[in-house]
Amino acid sequence: MENQEERQTEGVDPQEPDQGEVTARIRARFVDASVRRGNAVGCESVIAELDSLHPFMTFLRDDPELAFDYLVDVTAVDRLKLDEAIRYAVVYQLYSYKFNRRFSVSVPVPEADPRIESVVSVWPGANWLEREVYDMYGIVFDGHPDLRRILMPDDFGSHPLRKDYPLHGKGERDNFVF
Amino acid sequence: MKARTVNTTQIDKLAETDLEEIRNERVTFERTPDMPSEHMILNFGPQHPATHGTLHIVLELDGEKVVGATPHLGYLHTGFEKLGEYRSYNQFVTLTDRMNYLSPLSNNIGYSHAVEKLMDIEITPRCRNIRVALAELSRLADHLLCVGTAALDIGAFTAFLYGFRAREVLYDLFEAVCGTRLTTSYTRVGGLLRDVPDNFAEMARESVEETLTAASEIDRLLTHNRIWRDRTEGVGVLSAEDAVAWGATGPVLRASGVDWDIRKNEPYLGYEGYDFDIPIGRNGDAYDRYLVRMEEIRQSAEIVRQAVENMPSGPVNAEEEHAVLPEKSEVYESMESLIYHFKMTMEGHGPTPPVGEVYAATEAPNGELGFFIVSDGSREPYRIRVRPPSFINFSLFPMLIKGHMLSDVVAILGSLNVIAGELDR
Repeated sequence: MENQEERQTEGVDPQEPDQGEVTARIRARFVDASVRRGNAVGCESVIAELDSLHPFMTFLRDDPELAFDYLVDVTAVDRLKLDEAIRYAVVYQLYSYKFNRRFSVSVPVPEADPRIESVVSVWPGANWLEREVYDMYGIVFDGHPDLRRILMPDDFGSHPLRKDYPLHGKGERDNFVF
Repeated sequence: MKARTVNTTQIDKLAETDLEEIRNERVTFERTPDMPSEHMILNFGPQHPATHGTLHIVLELDGEKVVGATPHLGYLHTGFEKLGEYRSYNQFVTLTDRMNYLSPLSNNIGYSHAVEKLMDIEITPRCRNIRVALAELSRLADHLLCVGTAALDIGAFTAFLYGFRAREVLYDLFEAVCGTRLTTSYTRVGGLLRDVPDNFAEMARESVEETLTAASEIDRLLTHNRIWRDRTEGVGVLSAEDAVAWGATGPVLRASGVDWDIRKNEPYLGYEGYDFDIPIGRNGDAYDRYLVRMEEIRQSAEIVRQAVENMPSGPVNAEEEHAVLPEKSEVYESMESLIYHFKMTMEGHGPTPPVGEVYAATEAPNGELGFFIVSDGSREPYRIRVRPPSFINFSLFPMLIKGHMLSDVVAILGSLNVIAGELDR
């Protein structure tokens, strides 16, 4: 594919000149925060390193020019095998009914103490999505009203979607008591 | 169903173990201070016919009134997302069948759409029309079963049988097209497994006729039926604001009066060229969700007719070097294609998208079905995530059931159309 190389370089350069409308508005409001361009295909995206996530997400929802009132998805990526300094990234997919626009926010989360603020108070629909990320990656969501495992058994012990967790498990199945 | 009163000493004993998760669970029991002798805990599932799969809800009852519900998921957790990281892009298609097993073709199409967006592949016009026709036919099958089983759970057996009869014709069509009835695995990156059979248009028209007949029969049985209306009207009311805030999609969102459908708002597969309407509900209750699904059946039937009528001729696979498999018929006849096919499916070859990530959504029968793929430039996805519509719609359940009667549990579950395979993946 001829545009492959072109796309690969996208998102790497933080000084990207043609920033999108949403990114420009975010940068104007959060001047000190590091907001880099993400590498999502087909929609605008940012990689945001923030002191506090809550005001950022509330801004995205409440700003009349953005109005991202629908939280589509919350998931995480374990970048252990990618060339990234910070191991995890929590990825939020947003949509605005008003502007018919999608946006993706990726927030890096360090390996040593994987913690991030919960956005349940911004979008109540984040509740189960964040529980799933906690279950699969062990990322703790501060301020979540009911942070329990959701798909794996309560006493499972590991976080299976981490890249250092083997595909065939660690023998949990044999120890499972019926 | 097993019923037991709360035994606090038993809970205390559990809490003594060093399992933090179980201790957290104890907190949910303690939350209602007036609980002790009056409230009863009732286990709904995991083996209950109305759960349509295996899911488990712990209901807290005050007499027959539900004061709290705690769903426990994961009984059908299969680890598709983990497995996907070890499978090539074409191999993952077979896993998507097994998520929403009532409309596997919608999942196949949604997944391929995401990979094609990531790889920037333009599919052929014929492939596009076939995909639209099959996506809408599987919407018919899904809605027929959803309405039928919702009625069955409440006690109306006939509607279920009418729905199943028409669904049989649809499944015969899927069998003729894909070779299988359930695990269709029909799409490939940039194309399809094979072209549709010659009598596809005829079969599609026939199954649409059959579905519309069944729909009007169900309509006559249920829509003005006193019992059905009593059981569904005003049950599980979801306001438009809540629907948006909780991220509900599909018929659940539209029944609450929000005019949003990905086929209209962000058209894909050429949906902008079809003439169809989006039905909207007014009250957001179980009855409106039923009405929205019934009207969607009629609209989808219309789309199938248009897709079949304007079916372009030509190949079904896009011509993209090193990305799309050759036509199977050619593989048997031409040496070039055979070598190419062999190489494409061998380890270390096959479709390899550029580095990047993509989120692509399609309107599946239950709502927004999204696939989030992170590619590291190899032949397997680095991370593949499914945004399952049932999962998010079901998270509304504890809110919707609060204050209703025990018998409304099945009415609300049926109207949300929770598919356990998709819920747990």
